Amino acid sequence: MLNNRFFATLFKILILPLLAVPGSAFAEYGLNLPKGVTPISRDIYGLHMTIFWVCVGIAVIVFGVMIYSMIYHRKSKGAVASNFHESTTIELIWTAVPLAILIAIAVPATRVLIDLENTDKADMTVKITGYQWKWQYEYLDNGVSFFSNLSKKSRDGIKNAEIRNTDDHYLQDVDKRLVLPVNTRVRFLMTSNDVIHSWWVRELGVKQDANPGFINDSWAYIEEEGVYRGKCTELCGKDHGFMPVVVEVVSKENYAIWVDEQKAEIAAAAASGDREWSMDELMTRGQEVYSTNCAACHGTTGAGVPGAFPAMAGSAITTQPENLEAHIAIILNGQAGTAMQAFGKQLSDSDIAAVVTYERNAFGNNTGDITQPAQIKSAR
Amino acid sequence: MATTTTDIDADTHHDHEDHHHGPEPGLMRWVKTTNHKDIGYLYLWFAFGMLLIGGAMAMVIRAELFMPGLQFVEPQFFNQMTTMHGLIMVFGAIMPAFVGLANIQIPTMVGAPDMALPRMNNWSFWILPFAGAMLLSTMFMEGGGPAFGWTFYAPLSTTFAPDSTDYFIFAIHMLGFSSIMGAINIIATVMNMRASGMKLMDMPLFVWTWFITAFLLIAAMPVLAGAVTMMLTDRNFGTSFFDAAGGGDPVMFQHIFWFFGHPEVYIMILPAFGIVSQIIPTFARKPLFGYSSMVYATGSIAILSFVVWAHHMFLTGMPVAGQMYFMYATILISVPTGVKVFNWVSTMWRGSMSFEIPMMWAVAFVILFTIGGLSGLMLGIVPADIQYHDTYFVVAHFHYVLVSGALFSIIAGVYYWLPKWCGRMFNEKLATIHFWWAVISVNVLFFPMHFLGLAGMPRRIPDYGLQFADFNLIASLGGFAFGLSFLLLAYIVVDCIRNGKVVKEARVWESAKGLEWTLPTPAPYHTFNEEPSRELILKESSHTGDNH
Repeated sequence: MLNNRFFATLFKILILPLLAVPGSAFAEYGLNLPKGVTPISRDIYGLHMTIFWVCVGIAVIVFGVMIYSMIYHRKSKGAVASNFHESTTIELIWTAVPLAILIAIAVPATRVLIDLENTDKADMTVKITGYQWKWQYEYLDNGVSFFSNLSKKSRDGIKNAEIRNTDDHYLQDVDKRLVLPVNTRVRFLMTSNDVIHSWWVRELGVKQDANPGFINDSWAYIEEEGVYRGKCTELCGKDHGFMPVVVEVVSKENYAIWVDEQKAEIAAAAASGDREWSMDELMTRGQEVYSTNCAACHGTTGAGVPGAFPAMAGSAITTQPENLEAHIAIILNGQAGTAMQAFGKQLSDSDIAAVVTYERNAFGNNTGDITQPAQIKSAR
Repeated sequence: MATTTTDIDADTHHDHEDHHHGPEPGLMRWVKTTNHKDIGYLYLWFAFGMLLIGGAMAMVIRAELFMPGLQFVEPQFFNQMTTMHGLIMVFGAIMPAFVGLANIQIPTMVGAPDMALPRMNNWSFWILPFAGAMLLSTMFMEGGGPAFGWTFYAPLSTTFAPDSTDYFIFAIHMLGFSSIMGAINIIATVMNMRASGMKLMDMPLFVWTWFITAFLLIAAMPVLAGAVTMMLTDRNFGTSFFDAAGGGDPVMFQHIFWFFGHPEVYIMILPAFGIVSQIIPTFARKPLFGYSSMVYATGSIAILSFVVWAHHMFLTGMPVAGQMYFMYATILISVPTGVKVFNWVSTMWRGSMSFEIPMMWAVAFVILFTIGGLSGLMLGIVPADIQYHDTYFVVAHFHYVLVSGALFSIIAGVYYWLPKWCGRMFNEKLATIHFWWAVISVNVLFFPMHFLGLAGMPRRIPDYGLQFADFNLIASLGGFAFGLSFLLLAYIVVDCIRNGKVVKEARVWESAKGLEWTLPTPAPYHTFNEEPSRELILKESSHTGDNH
């Protein structure tokens, strides 16, 4: 009886991998890699399936022999042990045959590898910079540049099941997508501002580490319009799980329209720094900026994390008038040797003015201090 | 030997008195002991304790991942859990358990009275509890414990790490000392204490695999020590080994780490190969097939393990020529590994098999380790690795080789040799339940992770999108069941030691071969007072097949 159960489990172990066969029936449960929308992702998919079936074949042969032996060569069935324990011929065969199989796999793998590492002849270039915990996208050909954060709805859903369950793309949505034109050879340059991140979108067949101080490259030629979602895949600290990637691929015409919109927005943001802001305006904008850029470490209530991230509520920097300049300087330049980034290049004058005002008046700080964009401009 | 003549005289004299004595009474026996079996038991109990602690952390991880959203812990604490779970299981559970088995078994298998360096043996164990305590204490420090993954990549582990990281570095140094001393001891024992009638190619495979592993340890652990020392100076003394701003390179950390890390994974699997190679011939009642090719395969795996490290780093921006080389070298390892699996299957072929508890674990090892090995082959193909890297597919792969591989072999070894150690048989009914419970739950736990990885779930994340919910739920349920199975194992072992049915036969398993089975049961406190003869060694060889 014991042995019957034993074989039943063995059978399951053998059969389970076979259920992973790609097919429409299983696709929706996410059992397998997608074929993707780039030539590289399809090549990778083909390689993946080839090795998978080779592995299944090897498993069937090895486990088949083993199970046969366990059924028929049992002492309880009266099997008498033979005494053979060496055979040079057999050992040579089972060294040579796997070697041949490996060479047969290595040849196509090498071909795909050479192709995917060749980033020449790009039509456009996007520089991707990892930050704790967001992505910056810079379109080197037209000067468009922005940050992409986890969407507010996803962030709110982390501890709220109601919001989470109504979020179609929980933890997979961002406030601003990377927009790319279809049928264009795009080169990605990856780097990082702080720790190592890794930029991954399965459907594009692109995953590449973003190392601080170095630039890596990769490329994609996307053949279908649509929205493709990915993740950071290198542990990058506390909110590693909360920095998704969303790529929206549009027609070339729509891409050109989108670029013009972005340029107009950049001009408007620059203009907003030239006027006086009211307290209410600053506080509203400040709360948005804070929840996107600061709350991950310093907490939505400004409590911070003792020993790791300082509190905003009631701290000397955010409450005492003589520290206003230091407060602005930390935000602009960061704090060397800590996780505090330099936000000077990430945020506009008005955004920094707003967040400084917010931090000095929220969380019960109530200093009444108002900081204007012009102050930030002169502090830079 | 650095002792003076008087010392030797005193020692010899002492030995004569001790021969007929048992261990010293009381707790001090365990503190002062230089007896290889006592130290081996200490290693095993320590490893089991750490296994429970590391396992409890895994339970926290699986509880948090039970469903989407953050329920129990904050992301920073979750990262501490994944980090400490990995470190404790690797350095606190698997490695000490294998050293423990080596301590108890190697002298009995090579016909030696004890380990070659008994006082160092005592020391190499007693460093461990302090290192482990220091590592665990970081969790209670301000800013929390290490939260940068067990691979502690810079700069997350240098510039961006909590203050407790310096304690972590010191703990790693101490663990390294302990491992190196253990390895020196094993090499010295095998070289110098082996019965004169036992040639190298007469040694049982467990001795061979450990002998080779010991060289790996001596070569690899100092590299780890170098890596953490560079971290220490980067953190405290203004160097920039891993900081590009000062002319360093964060990727260099990964090269150094994996130059240690890849041999390390073989350190954790070669002794497992040895254990399984002892058990399968016993219950197949047939000599081990291809003994010499097993030895050569082990040696080739050990050498290859030093030239494949960068296959953990295919996405760091390596030149394409580097990727090609590391891909070819990596998939080449599957040849000697395959030879081993084929040899085990051939040993079973046309044997006369029975499925006692150790054999069931050994068979589970061969099957599940092979599954882990095959997914390893898939990971070795660079373009495919682009999609697998740092996802749950990798998590599934290394848990198949380390849990249902290394850990299962340790459990198999304990069930195999436990009756010899304590002279009592474990409750076979309970052990059967334990086996099926563990083998089913470990697959429910780890098999769905392959799908999760392919479906796009990265590793080391505390929360995930709703499309991953079903498989995470299944994996968590399997995880809780698998975790509970270790409490049953603890009960079975304690019950065996205290109330088990007394076993008197020297050969606990009727068809077992090897010098350890010529000793009385339970094994005497001092092992071989007289050297076993060449005749006996050949008769007890599990691989020549002359006497079957």
